[in-house]
Order: sequence, then structure tokens, then C-alpha cells
Amino acid sequence: MTIQFNEETFRDDYSFRNSDRAIRRFPFPFHEDSYMYSVNMERHQGGPAGSVYEMRFDVDEHYVSEMQDRALVLSEDPLRCQSLPHMTLAGWDTLELIMVSKSEDYPDLFELHRDGDRWRWINKPMGIDHSFTFLDETTLPCGPLEYITRQAQGDFAVLDQRDDMLYMDAGMVTTQADWSLDFDIGMDFFEWHAPVPLAHEMGIFKRALKFLLNVRQAAPARRLNWTMTVNPLLDTSPENYHKWGVQKATLTSENIGAKQHLRVELQTFHRLPRSNALLFPIRCYLIAFQDLVTIPKWGRRLHRVVRDLPEELADYKGFIANRPLILDYLGRYDDGLPTSPGVWPDLEMEPPLQK
Amino acid sequence: MSAAPQKTKAGAEKIDVIVSAIVPLNELVTRFEFKRTDGAPFPPFSPGSHTVVEMDDDRRTRLNPYSLMSDPADTSTYAISVRRDDAGRGGSLFLHNRVEVGDRMMLSYPVNLFPLDLRARKHVFLAGGIGITPFMAMIAHLERMGHRWELHYTCRSKALGTYAEDLTLKHPNKAHVYYDDQEQRIALEELLDGQPLGTHVYVCGPKGMIEWVHRTAAAHGWPEENVHSEEFLAPQPGKPFEVRLCKSGITVQVGENESLLEAIERCGVDAPFLCRGGSCGQCETDVVEADGTFDHRDHWLDEEEHASGKKIMPCVSRFVGKSLVLDR
Repeated sequence: MTIQFNEETFRDDYSFRNSDRAIRRFPFPFHEDSYMYSVNMERHQGGPAGSVYEMRFDVDEHYVSEMQDRALVLSEDPLRCQSLPHMTLAGWDTLELIMVSKSEDYPDLFELHRDGDRWRWINKPMGIDHSFTFLDETTLPCGPLEYITRQAQGDFAVLDQRDDMLYMDAGMVTTQADWSLDFDIGMDFFEWHAPVPLAHEMGIFKRALKFLLNVRQAAPARRLNWTMTVNPLLDTSPENYHKWGVQKATLTSENIGAKQHLRVELQTFHRLPRSNALLFPIRCYLIAFQDLVTIPKWGRRLHRVVRDLPEELADYKGFIANRPLILDYLGRYDDGLPTSPGVWPDLEMEPPLQK
Repeated sequence: MSAAPQKTKAGAEKIDVIVSAIVPLNELVTRFEFKRTDGAPFPPFSPGSHTVVEMDDDRRTRLNPYSLMSDPADTSTYAISVRRDDAGRGGSLFLHNRVEVGDRMMLSYPVNLFPLDLRARKHVFLAGGIGITPFMAMIAHLERMGHRWELHYTCRSKALGTYAEDLTLKHPNKAHVYYDDQEQRIALEELLDGQPLGTHVYVCGPKGMIEWVHRTAAAHGWPEENVHSEEFLAPQPGKPFEVRLCKSGITVQVGENESLLEAIERCGVDAPFLCRGGSCGQCETDVVEADGTFDHRDHWLDEEEHASGKKIMPCVSRFVGKSLVLDR
């Protein structure tokens, strides 16, 4: 599989686009016509060919442009990547996991040659050919976590596991849904989840923590999360809220199809072998409403989910003010027909829009 | 989301291995070394990890956890050191008496329930007897990383001092051995008193030793989170009892020498597990009905949960009484 990488931006003129292929493989997160929290975990060991679930770390047409956007964010705010001193080993674990996975899953794009601790890494899309000594930081231009996550899509939280608790002790966070590594660094699992409504009362986090503490080597897990973003912005951070928050007020019934995006996170969980830390990649996928509704089933379903979502969730996900506009738009793509179960587009089975 | 629904399998992922060496260390302890059958390197592991060894003992599957004690950086070999337990349920006897070089076995991927706290400025290890094994891997790791450590190791006698001589020869200033038969004792209070800020203490050995270390450290003002322990909990034999599994719709007899978990597995019911030693929480099972007394032996449930009679950890705990019904 050779990927044609897009030239596009996630800021200023927002030239970000999804190809037809990217639309069809979009990780639509709703398996039924309603949504509520759950610890919706499953094993992350492959998926249907071509889907975003197939590889350990999905590489798609946005790879090169996302890495350019990350570099821009880091040059303005280096604190988006942090690693407490005891997390360096987990950084090497992360580097190893990503290099091994990508070179095995995309041999035409990435190569890893290992001779004991002497490693050579070739990243063709980014034009990198680098030899270094594994576990020797002096042979890399920056720490191992920063080095490899400047070459991997999605955010990365690296969680130390101590005394039956997880701690946010390292990470690379530039494509986040309004949370801050600099604010959360060193916090425990319950502390960094404190702002989430309803889920605490439902016991979601206690169960989730128990599950995560037991994620085992060679048995990674995954789940999806979602929110809404106006304009295809990767960096919706609290640090830059003054820049992007106001853009939510620019939505009109004329521009909503192009501007309003469904934002889906593919979250995976990997036990790191040398450090026993837990790697938590959070990969962000964006799709404009006007592209999403080209899949009739998704148009119908998204309308019903947004319509029936509890007030607290619409507020927490940041689109409560725009909900009337969103419902007005999506309502045009909901003809009331039933939808097939599951997340897949089902283009062959689902009837076209009947209105 | 169910992108590709896959049922989570019970237990951990497994590695197919061949026994590559069997090295008797003394009258009681033998080291078993493994190579991968496919010739590939083993996955790296974090020191303190254990592996669950699957043994085919005349069609009876035994699953026993043992600390990985080889150097974590050496991915060509995994090694465990096993103390023969003549009064146990037979896992260690099987390894000692029946396993030969060249035999094929299955190991689980490593699982770590006794990790190093990597924030520590210094690591102090307290080992009792066969409790030395996880520290062998920890010491190899810390030596490579250039971190500070010291070991205090009590054994019954010189003849039973597994790895004691190796350790004192290699690390004369860091490894300290105490022989019971020479009336040597760890001066724990002084030891704890003299440690620099940021020191973490790890203890692995018999129950009494672990309690002694926790108690003494607490009395000397050590924060709880700086004192780590791992007790080797093997399921103990007990009187046979009967259990009804209501979801599976079957009734199982738990034998004297098998655990409740093993009995459940024997009947073909797929039950989750991880450590098989009462500490990871994976096999926690709801009690639907019970008329009798629980014999809780795990470290997972708290006192209140034990007293409630609503949960049981079938890997180590047992039951005495008229009837027991589990939600499994």
C-alpha cells in the first residue's frame, strides 16, 4: 500500500481535506442511534483490511501534514512535550514499540535495522535516516519520547503505574480535545479525569482504572471517544482557547457543512515492557459534516445521537450553543428510516436518503 | 464500538518455549532456563515480573507463577528458580522431577505486580529465602542503568543460600547475606534509619518477614508508598467442597489439591485470571449464594469485602460449608 500524502493545513486557511477513501475508513464512533458512556474496550489486535483498526499505529494521508502541524505547535510551546525524570525508560519503550510496529506494518515507508544496541531508523515520508544507540540519549537530538512522537500521528500520554494507580508522568500532546499536559502532568487517573461529568457517578472511572492496570504485554486494548470541532483544528488546547474558542461563534447555516467537524479519538493502550508503564496514544480523526453525510447511515444516526444527547454531555463536549444549528443541518439528512447495527458505512445495504 | 469484536481471552498471551538448561543450585532450588521454540528473541520485561508456567502433568494442566530472575536485557533466555515444595500441590515437584532439557512448555507473557519505583534515588532489597528471585532481575537492571541499590538477604544456611555467593562475590559492598543457622539477623531498624531521602524498600519472602518490614518501617515514619512487597502466595490445599456455577449451569467438586479456579477451568469454563496468586484482582467472582464459611486467602479484596461474603478470589481462596453458588 502506497499512500499519497496530502499537502494541507490545520490552521489559517484550513486546507485539510479527506479523500473518498479517508471518508469511508473514518472511525465512526456510534454503533447504535444513541450514545452514553461505557468502558467500551476491546482488544487492539488488528481489524478489517484498510480500516483504521488494522495496524498498531495507523498511518494515513494526513501523516506528513500532521507532523508539520505538531512541529509548529512545539516551536511555539515546548511544554507540549514533557517527561518526568523517571520516565526516560518508558520513552525508549515507546520509541521501540512505534519503530518496530511501523517498520513491520508499513515496510515500504519505514525501515528499522538493529544490530544489538546500534539501530538505524529510516522514515521515508519525512526524509529521515538516522543511526543511534538504543538506550543512549546522547545519540538522539532530543529525548526518545519526543523524537519518536514527532514522527507519529496522535497524542501520546505515558502513564507510570505505581501502587495500583496510574500517573500522567510524560506525554506529547498537540492534537488534544481541550486538555493540557502541562496542567495534568504528575496527576493521578482520578485527578486528570475530574472535569468529566456523570461518568464518576456511574463508576466508569473505577472500572476503567481496574481494566487499565491489568492491560498486559502483547495484549493492547482500544476504545473510541468523540467530540465536535469547528474548523479542522488539531490543536484545540486550553493554552490556545483564545484563538479557537471564538471560532465556534462563526458557525452559520450556510457554512456548517464545511466548518463543523466530528472529531473522533482512537485511543489505544499498550503495556510497555521495560518500564511497566502504560502507553496511551490518542489518535485524532476529523471529518467535515458535509463529507460525513455522504454516508447515508452515518447522517441519519449522527442526527439522532446529537438530538438525544444529555445536556451535560453536549455542554462538556463544547457544542451546546451550536446544537440547534447542528440539529437543523443534520435533520436534513435524517429521513427516519432504521439504521443497521454497528459502525460500518454499509453503503451497499443502506438506502439513499429518502427526502 | 465493536469495530472487530474479539473476546478477551482468559489469562495472558503465551510463548512456546523449550527447556534449554536445568541447573540444580542446592538441595532445594533448581534453575530452569528457556529458549523460544521459534528461535526469536523473548520480549523484554521489567524487573519484578513473573511468568505463569503451564505444565502438562498427566493431562492435568498446572499453571504456576514464578518470578523471572534472568537479566531483563538478555532476550535470548528466560530463567526461573524454583524451590521444591514437598508439601505443596505438586507444581514444583513436577518441575523438579519430571521436566527435562528439551521439553516443550508454555510460558505466559511477563506480568509485573512487583515493579521498581523508578523515581527512587536508591533501592533497598530485603529478601528471605527463595524471595531472592525477583531481586536477581532488579539488580541486573539497576547495575546496567547505574542506579544505587543494596541487598539484605537472609537464608537458612550457607548450603541453602541460593545465589548468595554469586551475589557477594560480584557485589561485595552492596550484597549482604545473613545465615539463620549462624544466628545472623538483619538489623532492620538501623538499616531503615540510615537511608537517604527518596529511598524505596522492597521485601520479598515469607509472610512474617513482609509484615515485620511493613510494621517496622511504619513505626519509623516511612511513607507507605516507599515500602513494596511481594509475597509468594501459592494456593494451599484444603478440604474438598462443592460449588455451583450458575451462569454455566454446572456443579463442580473442588478437590483437596486443586484451587477453586483450577476446578472451574477443569470443567471447561473460561474464567479470567492473571497472577494466580491472590493479588491482581483479575479472577474476582461474585458470590450469588453461600451457606458456610469462606476461607479468604487473597490480598486483593479488603476486609470489608471479605466479611461481606459477596466476592471471592478463586485462585487462592476456598470455602467450607453446605453450598456455594458463584456468578460464573
